[in-house]
Amino acid sequence: MDISKLTDAAELAKAIPHAQALGMSFVEIGQGHAIMQLPYDEKLIGDPQTGVIHGGAVFALMDTCAGAAVMSHPDAKGYTATIDLRVDYMRSATPGQILRTRADCYRYGRSVAFVRAVAYDEDEARPVAVANGAFVASKGE
Amino acid sequence: MAKPEPVQLIKQRRDQALAGLVGAVPYIGFLGVTFDRRGDELTATLPFADRLIGNPLLPALHGGATAAFLEITALIELSWQTIWPQFETLKPDAQGNVAMPQIQMPKTIDFTVDYMRSGLPRDAYARARVNRSGRRYASVHVEAWQDNRSRIFAQATGHFLMPEMAAVPNAPSAGGAVSGAVGG
Repeated sequence: MDISKLTDAAELAKAIPHAQALGMSFVEIGQGHAIMQLPYDEKLIGDPQTGVIHGGAVFALMDTCAGAAVMSHPDAKGYTATIDLRVDYMRSATPGQILRTRADCYRYGRSVAFVRAVAYDEDEARPVAVANGAFVASKGE
Repeated sequence: MAKPEPVQLIKQRRDQALAGLVGAVPYIGFLGVTFDRRGDELTATLPFADRLIGNPLLPALHGGATAAFLEITALIELSWQTIWPQFETLKPDAQGNVAMPQIQMPKTIDFTVDYMRSGLPRDAYARARVNRSGRRYASVHVEAWQDNRSRIFAQATGHFLMPEMAAVPNAPSAGGAVSGAVGG
């Protein structure tokens, strides 16, 4: 899939079934960066006692956003795949609040692209999670 | 001295506890993850569904779905190991019912996923191993495969903060010091 042809961000999220199933959407796609959001939903709860959403949902949001940042890089041609991704959960996302994440592809190499991402809820001063990952880079076949 | 309980009762109690643990978490239900038990060994299954797809062209599982599956497997394994030793000490009430141990979920500190090959549009399986289990935090490794057990398609390592009240009683040196802190 060529991300440059999917200028409509809403269209892109719809093209990823799992992103759509979770309720993710794009806020912004730039040149090597992306911002996505995930509204709070009871189906995403990981801790039934507190209502905090599952780490897996945060991971999925950050992975999707990081992949979009890679594909939006000016050097990128075609799809990417995650090689590895580490997420540090710094605090629980506040139940009921929308979760946003920004990912930046800070290096697009011959075969590997490097990304970092930050996730936060309505309190933007205190990140919920940070992520670092390596993705497959393809400069066109 | 009370005679030992029939094996069916013990199995039923363990299966109920596992079902309670898994059934309480909405996100596990949303993804459709189930657990099989052989003694204390757990195997998680992620049945394939279209909503798990990340790349519709291949098609391949979404890395986020794979990661969540691995994290769920790690968290349930960790919780399971925490409650496992308590089964032997549970006493049935007058009606023969046993109050299951209530535990808080551990909190994920960090989680690192290694994607070794793309997830096929098929069922996936995973098992977790608790490599370090201390009072404050635990270190857990998880492996996931699909058709072939020896071809792992993703693995992960995570660190988890243990809930305050649940002292982890499975260290070899624990002796008789099994936590009595969990009521209910």
